[in-house]
Amino acid sequence: MESEQVFKAVADHHRRHLLDSLAQADGQTLTQLCASMPMSRIGVMKHLNILEQAGLITTRKVGREKLHFLNPAPLHNVDAWLTGYRRLWNERMDRLEDLINRTQASEQPKEQNDAET
Amino acid sequence: MPKRNLVAVPNQHSIIATCFFNAPRDLIFKVMNDPETIPEWWGPRVLTTVVDKMEPWSGGSWRYVVSNTKGDEWAFHGVYHTIEAPLQTVLTYEYEGLPGKVSLETTTYEDQEGGTLLTTTSVFQSVEDRDDMMQSDMQEGGNETMDRLEELLTSMQVRS
Repeated sequence: MESEQVFKAVADHHRRHLLDSLAQADGQTLTQLCASMPMSRIGVMKHLNILEQAGLITTRKVGREKLHFLNPAPLHNVDAWLTGYRRLWNERMDRLEDLINRTQASEQPKEQNDAET
Repeated sequence: MPKRNLVAVPNQHSIIATCFFNAPRDLIFKVMNDPETIPEWWGPRVLTTVVDKMEPWSGGSWRYVVSNTKGDEWAFHGVYHTIEAPLQTVLTYEYEGLPGKVSLETTTYEDQEGGTLLTTTSVFQSVEDRDDMMQSDMQEGGNETMDRLEELLTSMQVRS
């Protein structure tokens, strides 16, 4: 299943870091990508390979350099899967928070009155 | 610790959501288990939530109907297994649009410094049921733009 491969690819924080890095500056070389990774070149290549197999990055050879490009398309399914539920949950919690604040606000004057009497 | 968190681990049957409130546990338990206050927070703001039935005791049942101004309705129902004020509730949850896809929802209310930590764990009967539910759950439709990569990646963090 394709989306499973995508899930596995983004489940690792080093690979998410690589995607973030490409989201900020697309078309980086292996050397550039290695600069911010706490591991060997071979380790970074291994992670890039997994991302490429999941379709999350594409590569292009320009002269002797291999450039890496972010391809967010496979994330769309994953995004759609979670967004609706997350939105619903967040709204529910927003409303609950509002209600609790209102309830607390209306209870406070009463407590003050009780304390005074 | 983040104030809110929603975790749906790929290939597992559950969704775990947490939220921290700067309010006492008794109050949170009360507003979340009172038929008078359910319509004020349970459904989306643009829809109307009506409590058709709510018997918050062990063996009692509940049914909420959510509707829009056009008259479309979405109904949800289940049975209370445990109500242990103000510590936890355990209930079954079924969206009537997806009959048979019943989940077990456990909510715990944890007293913490400065407030209360709410944790809701929904366990579905299969990974497919969970994913169907997440996709159908009153989703407004329409595509979100994919510009918040970071937010998405954070949400995908897997707890092992």
